[in-house]
Amino acid sequence: MNRTDNHILKCRCGSQRKRMPAELLRSGIVLLIVALVITACHVKEKRYNEQVLPAEIMTSEQAEEFAVEAPPLTEGIFPCSECHSELEPNPTRRELDWHEEVTSIFDHDKENRWCLDCHDLINRDSLRLASGKLLGFDESYKLCGQCHGEKLRDWRVGVHGKRIGQWNGQKHYLLCVHCHNPHAPKFEPMTPEPPPLPQKMSN
Amino acid sequence: MKEDKSRRSFLKNMALAAGSAIALSGCDMKALDHFLQKNFRTLSKAEVDEIITSLQLEYKNKYGKDFTVSAKPATDGILFGYALDLSRCIGCRKCVYACVEENNQSRGPQIHWIQVLQMEKEKGIDFADSDVHYNPEKVPEEGHFYLPVQCQQCRNPQCTTVCPVKATWQEPDGIVVVDYNWCIGCRYCMAACPYGARHFNWAEPSVPEDEMNTNVHYLGNRPRMKGVVEKCTFCIQRVREGRYPACVEVCPVGARKFGNLLDPESEIRYILENKRVLVLKQELNTQPKFYYFFGV
Ligand code: SF4
Ligand code: SF4
Repeated sequence: MNRTDNHILKCRCGSQRKRMPAELLRSGIVLLIVALVITACHVKEKRYNEQVLPAEIMTSEQAEEFAVEAPPLTEGIFPCSECHSELEPNPTRRELDWHEEVTSIFDHDKENRWCLDCHDLINRDSLRLASGKLLGFDESYKLCGQCHGEKLRDWRVGVHGKRIGQWNGQKHYLLCVHCHNPHAPKFEPMTPEPPPLPQKMSN
Repeated sequence: MKEDKSRRSFLKNMALAAGSAIALSGCDMKALDHFLQKNFRTLSKAEVDEIITSLQLEYKNKYGKDFTVSAKPATDGILFGYALDLSRCIGCRKCVYACVEENNQSRGPQIHWIQVLQMEKEKGIDFADSDVHYNPEKVPEEGHFYLPVQCQQCRNPQCTTVCPVKATWQEPDGIVVVDYNWCIGCRYCMAACPYGARHFNWAEPSVPEDEMNTNVHYLGNRPRMKGVVEKCTFCIQRVREGRYPACVEVCPVGARKFGNLLDPESEIRYILENKRVLVLKQELNTQPKFYYFFGV
């Protein structure tokens, strides 16, 4: 797409150079570039939406290749409605006195975000996109992709994140939340395996 | 061919004559057969099968376990390539030990096919100033990055051209392999490899019995002997069966990518086309099929 546009741009300049006064040429080029940038942005946005927002990111024939592991929910915590159905839904942004295990570590744009930016107020067993669309926990990558679109695209093609299984067939994707704690996504430093022994003879 | 055969039988007769003298010391016909084995690439299918069967028997006797020795050849239309995300690797060395276990590397004397080098961000890739023995409480360390090095599976490998007996070569799927039965241990290849990717068995390798991986390939992770050279084979025993290499599957940050360079849909091709990629020591024209990239 871009390559063709650039090509056209070059051709036009080349053929008109002799006849056009320099200034006219310059403004012509500026106009063309502006037009190009605008189109490029639109195309990009369209592509972004296509890839990130539709419900069926993984088509069925792909699904066989890209099986996603079950989400790593803490044992005994799901379904959330088990407790929440007895509680009055309260949409007010506030300090929680519940879920100490989450609030104590929460570090994911803490200043601006809280539970209901990802979890649904009414349907507790669902996640919720910014658009209001409800989402199962097994599709949480779509929720992450709302902000981390570039990472989601890299994940879909197998560049970000990890796949296991067959390089040429059946493989498992790990979800974002298999590696990143959604409430504190930055990786914890870890203890390295032991260094190699000092070599007496070179090998 | 005929000449070769008569040379072989001549040698065999000579050896038999000598052998009768040392028969008491346990030099049996099997060992003699191994010694006189032809270059792997000139063997017929039947001869390969025969060697595999006798190896399985030998390993059973030696290690008390049933081995599956594969000699699965390369598949047409596949050229293996590898990519490692330098912006992700945290230097945890999990890949080093997964490799040791998968590929039956000697625990003592210690052999590691993967070396993880710690470097200073400020200095960039600088081998002279890198540290392989780093051992802090936690990784990654501030101001540092990590560069794991293993066989770069060169398209233009220097290690194979210097081998005086052609015991090492590049397979059609791009994997550079060693026939341990044919290697004479001269270590020319080690001197020629610019990446320090080849390792020598100075002593009889030792692998704890219960940690022995019995799923092996003739040109890969089968048990080695004293006096031969070995190296990373992209886990030939796994990848020729369609599986990912062990280091890819163990890496906790997903820094390691693997696939078929000839498949335009593969993740490895996506990386080459869309990410910033580099190879080590490009100026030497070894043309690695092992790429480093920046995923962010
Ligand atoms: S990295 Fe070394 S051992 Fe591997 S193919 Fe290249 S020259 Fe040979
Ligand atoms: S396992 Fe992954 S993160 Fe750890 S040292 Fe190896 S490549 Fe780096």
